[in-house]
Amino acid sequence: MIAHSIFFYTFSIIAIVSAIMVTASKNTVHSVFFLILDFISISCLFIMIGAEFLGMIMLIVYVGAVAVLFLFVVMMLNVAQQKNQWFSSEESSKHIPVGLIISTLIFVELIIVVGGWKYKPDLFDINNSLELSKVSNTHSLGQVLYTDYIHIFQISGMILLVAMIGAIVLTFRKREGVKTQSYIKQISRERSDGVSVLKVDSNKGVKIDD
Amino acid sequence: MEYLSIFLDQVYKILFLLIPVLVSVAMVVWLDRRVWAFVQKRQGPNVVGPFGLLQTIADALKYIFKEIIIPSSSNKVIFILAPIVTMTLALIAWAVIPFSATQVLADINVGILYLFAVSSLGVYGIIMGGWASNSKYPFLGAIRSAAQMVSYEVSIGVIIINVLLCVGSLNLNDIVIAQQNLWFVLPLFPMFVIFFISALAETNRPPFDLPEAEAELVAGYQTEYSGMMYAMFWLGEYANILLMCAMGAILFLGGWLSPLEIYPFTLVPGPIWLILKILLLFFLFAIVKAIVPRYRYDQLMKLGWKVFLPLSLIWVVFTASYLFYFKLLPVN
Repeated sequence: MIAHSIFFYTFSIIAIVSAIMVTASKNTVHSVFFLILDFISISCLFIMIGAEFLGMIMLIVYVGAVAVLFLFVVMMLNVAQQKNQWFSSEESSKHIPVGLIISTLIFVELIIVVGGWKYKPDLFDINNSLELSKVSNTHSLGQVLYTDYIHIFQISGMILLVAMIGAIVLTFRKREGVKTQSYIKQISRERSDGVSVLKVDSNKGVKIDD
Repeated sequence: MEYLSIFLDQVYKILFLLIPVLVSVAMVVWLDRRVWAFVQKRQGPNVVGPFGLLQTIADALKYIFKEIIIPSSSNKVIFILAPIVTMTLALIAWAVIPFSATQVLADINVGILYLFAVSSLGVYGIIMGGWASNSKYPFLGAIRSAAQMVSYEVSIGVIIINVLLCVGSLNLNDIVIAQQNLWFVLPLFPMFVIFFISALAETNRPPFDLPEAEAELVAGYQTEYSGMMYAMFWLGEYANILLMCAMGAILFLGGWLSPLEIYPFTLVPGPIWLILKILLLFFLFAIVKAIVPRYRYDQLMKLGWKVFLPLSLIWVVFTASYLFYFKLLPVN
């Protein structure tokens, strides 16, 4: 048990410190790296409580894909050079009350959810057909995800798909004069399309393209 | 004292795994250069040691004694972290590779997800190196490689789903045991081909070595690195290639299983079979490097998103329907 608590406190301290550093660090790229460290330590905590599938998916999706895109955007926009002047200017104090209200709201919501779960454990009807102690977390998830919860799963998938299509539609623009390669056009080109024998008069030349 | 003995036992096991991996990385670098040379009718490294086997050791010694140059305008912490991240990620993934039914460092039940997660983290070493160098070529190389690795990861994930449908478990040993009668390379042959090509792209090997395309980007993200830090990038890259070969061997070529369960084959222990399969795949990697010209960047992205992703998705539907219709879905 001692080793367990040592690991737990190590990961949670790393998670909290890096979460603070995400907002506190001056360089935006460093913020993203601290965010990645935060994700990794949170997924370690998930693995420690036996939710190994969730921990691994967190690593694959958030660290392997989402954070890469974050990093991409932050690096491309070159916001690192600005050194966050926005936060140290006079303007910044105006945003503090709004931020405080939002964070208080989230905090109260968390307390309601966690409190409800703690003092009324039968609030959510947990599927009783599985004996959770006997099979592993991944196994039980595999048994219910596509059977009992198929509709919720499909709906969440549809929402993500719609969000993706929306993002593409919003950013899509047809650009003029872009050269693209068409394999079918290249392959279906015949000799007669490309080559023609012309009779060239002396001192006059010939016009090839119109 | 009890904890100490457990700890020392684990350290011993880890060293017993890592030192062979590092030595074999040095050996496959030699193998890669030799194969490359023979394809081009050259000799390759053949001077240091027997058949030039110690060439990589000599190179590593040279790198150790060279000066590490850190550009003055670079972001120093991230610049130094990048090769360390690459090297560490390439090595920690070996923890879950099963060398036989019992010889595995961590027999976790989400082994394949762990491998996938670690290989998807590999992009960070490159992005960090490219950004922290604060120079145009490394940055372009890093951005190219980030896009490339994220794209090809998607198709590798879908291919893994194909295999998992046939196995019904995420444990790597279960995946190997499920191939006792038939290696997955036969029923899932198209997926094996796509996996192999995606693995080439994922490890930035030729013909997909655009992040370090020397003709246009000098050396990509490695341009500003020197000495031991360059050597770490290089070792990490080869350890990653070996890892992808091991992943291919486990998913499609039956891992530590012998090809036939009859007398002369059963004498050879499991780890030897796994190593032979890894070497076979690595030989293919080396041959491809020697004979295929480099892709253009838009062709690379087109191949990833418009060819491999739809093909592997269709194959998932096909595999699932086939298994469902013939009642072959694994139930446990």
